[in-house]
Amino acid sequence: MGISVDGANKSFGDFQALDDVSIEVPDGSLTALLGPSGSGKSTLLRAIAGLETLDAGRVLIDGEDVSKKPTQKREVGFVFQHYAAFKHMTVYENVGFGLKIRKWKKEKIRARVDELLNLVQLPGLADRYPSQLSGGQRQRMALARALAVQPQVLLLDEPFGALDAKVRKDLRTWLRNLHEEMNVTTIFVTHDQEEAMDVAGQLVVMNQGRVEQSGSADDLYDKPANEFVMSFVGEVNRLGDDFVRPHDIEIVRDRDDSTEEAMVQRIVALGFEIRVELMLADGTEVWAQLTRGELQRLELREGQIAYLRPVHAKSFNGSPPSNPRGASTPHGSPDGGDAGITAAA
Amino acid sequence: MNSRANSSPTSRWGLRVLGLGYIAVLLVAPLILLFYKTFEKGLAPPWEAITSADGLHALKLTLITVAIAVPLNTVFGVICSLLLVRHRWRGNWLIDAVINLPFAISPVVIGLCLFLLYGKNGWFEPGLAEAGIKVLFSVPGMVLACIFVSVPFVVRETVPVLQEIGTEQEQAAETLGASGWQTFWRITLPSIRWGVAYGVVLCTARVLGEFGAVSIVSGHITGETQTLPLFVEQQYQNFNLPGAFGAAVLLALLALVVLTAMNLLKRKEAA
Amino acid sequence: MEAHAAQAPVAPPRARQLRLPGVGAGLGRGVVVLYLSVIVLLPIAALANQAFSEGLAHFWSQVTSPAAKSSLELILACSLIVVAINAFFGTVVAWLLVRDNFPGKSLVNAIIDLPFALPTIVASLILIELWGNKSPIGIDIALSRTAIVVALCFVTLPFVVRAVQPLLIEMDRDMEEAAASLGAGGFTVFRRIIFPNLLPGLAAGVALAFARALGEYGSVLIFAGGTKNTTVASILIGQQIEQGNETGAAAISVVLLAMALVVLVLITLIQRWGSRHERAQGAGAGGLGLAVTAPPAPQEDDERE
Repeated sequence: MGISVDGANKSFGDFQALDDVSIEVPDGSLTALLGPSGSGKSTLLRAIAGLETLDAGRVLIDGEDVSKKPTQKREVGFVFQHYAAFKHMTVYENVGFGLKIRKWKKEKIRARVDELLNLVQLPGLADRYPSQLSGGQRQRMALARALAVQPQVLLLDEPFGALDAKVRKDLRTWLRNLHEEMNVTTIFVTHDQEEAMDVAGQLVVMNQGRVEQSGSADDLYDKPANEFVMSFVGEVNRLGDDFVRPHDIEIVRDRDDSTEEAMVQRIVALGFEIRVELMLADGTEVWAQLTRGELQRLELREGQIAYLRPVHAKSFNGSPPSNPRGASTPHGSPDGGDAGITAAA
Repeated sequence: MNSRANSSPTSRWGLRVLGLGYIAVLLVAPLILLFYKTFEKGLAPPWEAITSADGLHALKLTLITVAIAVPLNTVFGVICSLLLVRHRWRGNWLIDAVINLPFAISPVVIGLCLFLLYGKNGWFEPGLAEAGIKVLFSVPGMVLACIFVSVPFVVRETVPVLQEIGTEQEQAAETLGASGWQTFWRITLPSIRWGVAYGVVLCTARVLGEFGAVSIVSGHITGETQTLPLFVEQQYQNFNLPGAFGAAVLLALLALVVLTAMNLLKRKEAA
Repeated sequence: MEAHAAQAPVAPPRARQLRLPGVGAGLGRGVVVLYLSVIVLLPIAALANQAFSEGLAHFWSQVTSPAAKSSLELILACSLIVVAINAFFGTVVAWLLVRDNFPGKSLVNAIIDLPFALPTIVASLILIELWGNKSPIGIDIALSRTAIVVALCFVTLPFVVRAVQPLLIEMDRDMEEAAASLGAGGFTVFRRIIFPNLLPGLAAGVALAFARALGEYGSVLIFAGGTKNTTVASILIGQQIEQGNETGAAAISVVLLAMALVVLVLITLIQRWGSRHERAQGAGAGGLGLAVTAPPAPQEDDERE
């Protein structure tokens, strides 16, 4: 079932959460809504589920306008960031809740719940209470609960946000496999671009209530529509009006017309990858990403003069920087360094 | 929790003597003495006092006030909490303030308010007299007094729990197809049950023991408008000490039941 | 991630309405307002009406009569003394219950609520048995002003303990350890670190205890009685009703009510002030105080993290 949102607007008081948002989600796809806090991605997801009412615009599921339909009738599976586990019910009762509401017979419920608990790899935990489960188990229970009623679409709101890094990575792979198996149109919200690129086939980048760009991970990384997208999906340096990824900065020993002079400030070895921080003559700080081999070949030392040659530099003239947090910093990923470095690698 | 490592034994024992001594003298000693005095001459005198016609009537009337006031205030409390927490409205602060008024008003004053409203020059007097309904100096007035004094309890215990559980579970139920009523009965109410129950216990304790307000509106008609607390006072004023102690011990035992319930519910809520 | 952690774990819904099942919010609101009007507001209106029924001058003369003045002064003075005593002992008891370990602690914790559960008239009866003319320890304070203080101490103790206790439980031990590591001694740590953090809860508990003490009736009735020296405002109101002076009783009631309201408004202000430090509304004062509704939700938390 394809989903489309058409001209969605939503304000909370003075705050415009959605500003004329339109997206297309193809049938059977796995789509990520990616953006920083306050970008409107969760509001959009909740509007698709009917948990928020749009001020203007339409939501279509499988071509049908569901904007006036209450949540109960939209047949969406929704997974909340904090699981929203029914604390007073066992795992079994949680997963069977939607079926009980639909007045299924007891034996049928039992069979369906068992099937789902196997699917989410929680067999044997049916009689536990949510408080007796780990975070990852609770999230999988919430997913089983959403899938039990055979929803037309599956919506996940920061599904791994509250989990620790290791569990998060496991669940990503697992979600991707699950999607392949179930083939339900799935949208999930995240602020982690690595997670989005890892899991989703299609990404929608949102910022300040607007869609900045949508496309595949490669599209966004290689052909970003603007400075915001470029800096959000990877590390970036700013050189005048140009933007360049750290691995697209070449360092050479001899100057020519295409190079700029810079002083090596600091060399940081991060395993296989080397981070070289440099300062240009005009005081601009940039950093380049090299491999260990390249560094050895160049024989760079801190305090030494080197020459830079940006390859694949991009300029977005006419589009003013929309991200106030700035691509101008050398550590330009809005979501913190660790994720950015891996993504750029 | 362990005592702080750096506090000296002297100061720790000093605090213990002060705090526990205060509780022993103020709370425990009088309670023990009450039980001792009541059963000093055996079980018979208090038993006779409670099972006298007036005593039994007082007990019955007390239970009637509880049976009316507590359910009413419970239903009201749950509806009101949902409104205050889940529906932003400009008038909420006012509702909030009015609910807490009974805490600020002396029980005697509450009694006087009802006395004036339903009394011989009261606003409702003509209509009520015509309909042949007697509120003051009869059971309806006493029930109204009990409802007034115990309005805040369920609301105050339910509101924080409602705030704490948030709305995610309810939204999840909606996405799974549950209607508003189904969500309320299957998700919301089970989630707040211990908070509501705690409020009900406090409300019951207050209605059981209410003295001042009920005293003013009852008219002190023995065997007719006497609840147990009023019975205690009347027996004491008539120098019938076994009667007073018997009824007091009964009330104290009920209070201990209430205390136990409070502690059990607090543990349930914390779990 | 750090930016999200700062936000409240569950933001109240903004756009979502109709959380009352089946019944519209409007209908529910109508029921609530009607209920409160009939049960609470109308009787109070009748009281105010009666108090001023014979004009302002008459009201004033009733309130300033020697008996009325002395009864109001007496209850104010006694309430202040009681609140001071219980602020001290209540804090000590709360401290013992949170930070100390001794056998029977959970029993002591349970017995603290006894005054909430025990009918006030029974309290009066048991206090006069222990401290009256038949006192087994030979101390007779019945029908004296001391009796008023003891009775009020009895009924108001739980307010202070229960207001301070949650603050002590939640208090960060790190702060104390940091202070101690900086060389502060036990008392200095208490005075400089613990006490300022307890203050909002303590103040709220004290204010509630004070409001309760001002209007207390049952527990002082038998024990302290209505003698010339021990007639507090609530007892005087009762006497005036018996004598048929309803306007006089209503006038004193209005003053008593006004005093209690001032105190409760103060609690609300104290809570606002206290919530500067703690955003969690469950912290201490919120559990007992006046304001039960949620603070306004942050506006821009699109992600509800």
